[in-house]
Amino acid sequence: MRRLLLLALVVTATVGCFAAPASPASAASPTTITLVTHDSFAISKSVLAAFTKQTGITVKVLQSGDAGAALNQVVLTKSNPIGDVFFGVDNTFLSRALDAGVFAKYAPSSLSTVPKEYQLDPSHRLTPIDHGDVCINYDKQWFADKKVAVPKTLDDLTKPAYKGLLVVENPATSSPGLAFQLATIAKYGDDGWRDYWSKLRSNDVKVDDGWESAYDGDFTQGANQGTHPLVVSYASSPPAAVYYSKPQPKTSPIGTMLDSCFRQVEFAGVIKGTEHQAAARKLVDFMLSEKFQADIPLQMFVFPARDGTPLPAVFTKFAEVPATPLSLPPADISAHRDAWIAQWTDTVLR
Amino acid sequence: MTASATTRGLPRAARVAVIAVPLVFLAVFFVYPVLAIVGRGLAPRWSVDLDPLGEVVTDAGLRHIAWFTVWQATLSTVLTLAVGIPGAYVLARCEFPGRRLVRALVTVPFVLPTVVVGSAFVALLGEGGPLASLGLDQTLGAILVAHVFFNYSVVVRTVGSLWSHLDPRPEEAARVLGASRLRTFREVTLPALRPAIAAAGAVVFLFTFTSFGVILILGGPGTATLETEIYRQTAQFLNLPLAAALTVVQLVAIVVLLLLTSWIEGRQRVSLSLRAAAETVRRPRTAGARLFVGANLALMAVLLGVPIGVLVLRSFDTPSGFGLDFYRALGEVHAGSTLFVEPVHAIANSLRFAVAATVIAVVVGGCAAFALASSRRRGLDALVSLPLGVSAVTVGFGFLIALDHAPLDFRGSWWLVPIAQALVAVPFVVRVMTPVLRAIDPRLRDAAATLGASPARVWREVDLPIVARAALVAAGFAFAISLGEFGATVFIIRPDEPTLPVLVYRLLGQPGPLNFGGAMAASVILMGLTALAILGIERFRAGTVGSF
Repeated sequence: MRRLLLLALVVTATVGCFAAPASPASAASPTTITLVTHDSFAISKSVLAAFTKQTGITVKVLQSGDAGAALNQVVLTKSNPIGDVFFGVDNTFLSRALDAGVFAKYAPSSLSTVPKEYQLDPSHRLTPIDHGDVCINYDKQWFADKKVAVPKTLDDLTKPAYKGLLVVENPATSSPGLAFQLATIAKYGDDGWRDYWSKLRSNDVKVDDGWESAYDGDFTQGANQGTHPLVVSYASSPPAAVYYSKPQPKTSPIGTMLDSCFRQVEFAGVIKGTEHQAAARKLVDFMLSEKFQADIPLQMFVFPARDGTPLPAVFTKFAEVPATPLSLPPADISAHRDAWIAQWTDTVLR
Repeated sequence: MTASATTRGLPRAARVAVIAVPLVFLAVFFVYPVLAIVGRGLAPRWSVDLDPLGEVVTDAGLRHIAWFTVWQATLSTVLTLAVGIPGAYVLARCEFPGRRLVRALVTVPFVLPTVVVGSAFVALLGEGGPLASLGLDQTLGAILVAHVFFNYSVVVRTVGSLWSHLDPRPEEAARVLGASRLRTFREVTLPALRPAIAAAGAVVFLFTFTSFGVILILGGPGTATLETEIYRQTAQFLNLPLAAALTVVQLVAIVVLLLLTSWIEGRQRVSLSLRAAAETVRRPRTAGARLFVGANLALMAVLLGVPIGVLVLRSFDTPSGFGLDFYRALGEVHAGSTLFVEPVHAIANSLRFAVAATVIAVVVGGCAAFALASSRRRGLDALVSLPLGVSAVTVGFGFLIALDHAPLDFRGSWWLVPIAQALVAVPFVVRVMTPVLRAIDPRLRDAAATLGASPARVWREVDLPIVARAALVAAGFAFAISLGEFGATVFIIRPDEPTLPVLVYRLLGQPGPLNFGGAMAASVILMGLTALAILGIERFRAGTVGSF
């Protein structure tokens, strides 16, 4: 009996070490490719199944952390790639991803269906798949009840009427937080943005670590029914607030301050060194196909990059999209990002 | 002399195995990955560059972060021990109706994902919350309260498991000889409990030292610890040299702490005379005793019950009145998406990972506990606890670059998740089992041997019942840890098999009442599952192992 127990111990220990090479990751058959992505990636299972049916290629999805963490894992494993395709580089990480040299050149033929403004990689290694806007959302009811005018511009937010009403996320720990900081840099320039944040600070802006704390915790329309009727969130939050309610309201309880929006574009690319280059390219093609693009809005609550993709009713009815969102060249973001975050921390938190 | 202990009756091969299993496991799944990622940071081209370490020492901001990390962990540990030790006594020694249920329930907070608890605390302490007037929102105070909430059960269970078996007669003798209650506690009980208290304190310190979600959500935006900074430098900036330097600082601090506790534990290694729990438990007889029990139960109800109550309430509090809408929504809202899973599948994934992690943790941790109980091996003692004190992101990224070649090509395998969870659980298994194993009175064995029992029979009849009981308690802990574990999992690149905590986290990341309510509902399911698992194990242990 005891010998049996011992045997079991030894077997457990050895199996742990040596059974591994049989795991699916390394023994992938030619028709299975690996898509590496962040934790927010979502698509309908039926859409992925359609890809498999159409091409014979099975897609294994590997996820790890947020966009930054997932991309950095791909950069780290450059000499021994962990997958074949990566989805989820956004424009704030674009230059770093390209400089790291982890993506192979590939321009899908359907790239022509994507508006030029989203084609931010002239070297054609990263393909735009979706876009969204980080914007300030406001609680319609709150402003109506208090008979306060909804703020229109970023300047308005520094006025006494809006003191203590805005909650933002820390750019050091939050992607929408960083996007909003970039919006202010795009708007006020290198010389003016710190001054603007000093004024926001004097006007009692609240800073949270992440979107969940800000939206669910402090926003008046969030789950906690907080005390801040203005929050940094997304242009897709008004439709999401309707879509994820039961029963669904006739109008969205929240609105978007269109002057505050910063455009985010998300890219996919073939990982350099993949053994399944042809299959990997097919997956990137598929991500730009009508079927995949039409599935994006209700899965990830962002907008499809492909022109003319039909939007679900909840988007056409409730989403307001800025005509000219704020933006910055990816190379600038990459060059200054760390310094900007450090300066922001000095200005707002110290 | 008493080095005799627990492994003496075992064949030589077994004695080698009890040391080899934990050493090999930790070498492959902890030491090697961490060395790989630290090495990539500090010695990228085979030449060691220690400048980043210098930066940590000279940069005032980084020095402050290191200091704050140690400071908040020390405060949290002291507070948790102060609140937890009386609780351990009440649950170990005092008989009252529903004791077993309470003992299972206090473990629930420990396994809750920090994002969920964070949101419950924000709802209570934040602006507009019922306890906003305490002014704890975004302060060190909020961090401390949350740390006590999470770690209370570590003290209650680690200290309580020894306390419930402590022979009450020396205390009774001291009382009869005229010692006051306080003096008896200080001079008789406390020395006997010291190993367990040191063990619990060390675990709480390690946990709070590397606390991540609590610091971010409750500490406010200016608050940073080594753990949050390593995360930022690794996951956001890919500044591996600085991350590696911070990891080295983390390791040094932990090794110092572990050597210190190991010294406290080892300084006085008494062989205690252990009794069956049923023999030591007393019904509180005096009014004072009843008041003490009542006060502790009230404290548990407030500290642990209120935040959990908030979660449960919110899972039913739908926009259209109280109901099950959020539970139903779990299965409906995101049907057909790769991102979301049927709750049944999330439960199944959670259970599968938890069983795998428990088996690994009990085998590895059990072996280590035997090795540690039979003779002092400070190195091994410190080694098994190290994973608790090292950043999850360091281990996750280390897996990625270290376990990528045959025969260790584990990348993308679901096994990495239970292995990472076992790394967190092993120290608990060791710390629950070792004090009990160490305290087995060698005279019991000697007596059995004198009466003619073979070494194998001595082991089977003296050691095994005690070992089995300790192993079950440890298994319950490991299972609970694995069920709720999220931090170590999130940085492992893994196939899409979401567990309940992952589901909660995903739901919280989207706006709208159905997502938030769904997250609360999934958390309540997770809590229920944990409470059931622990109740089941307690029942099993009472039923089959019997008393000794």
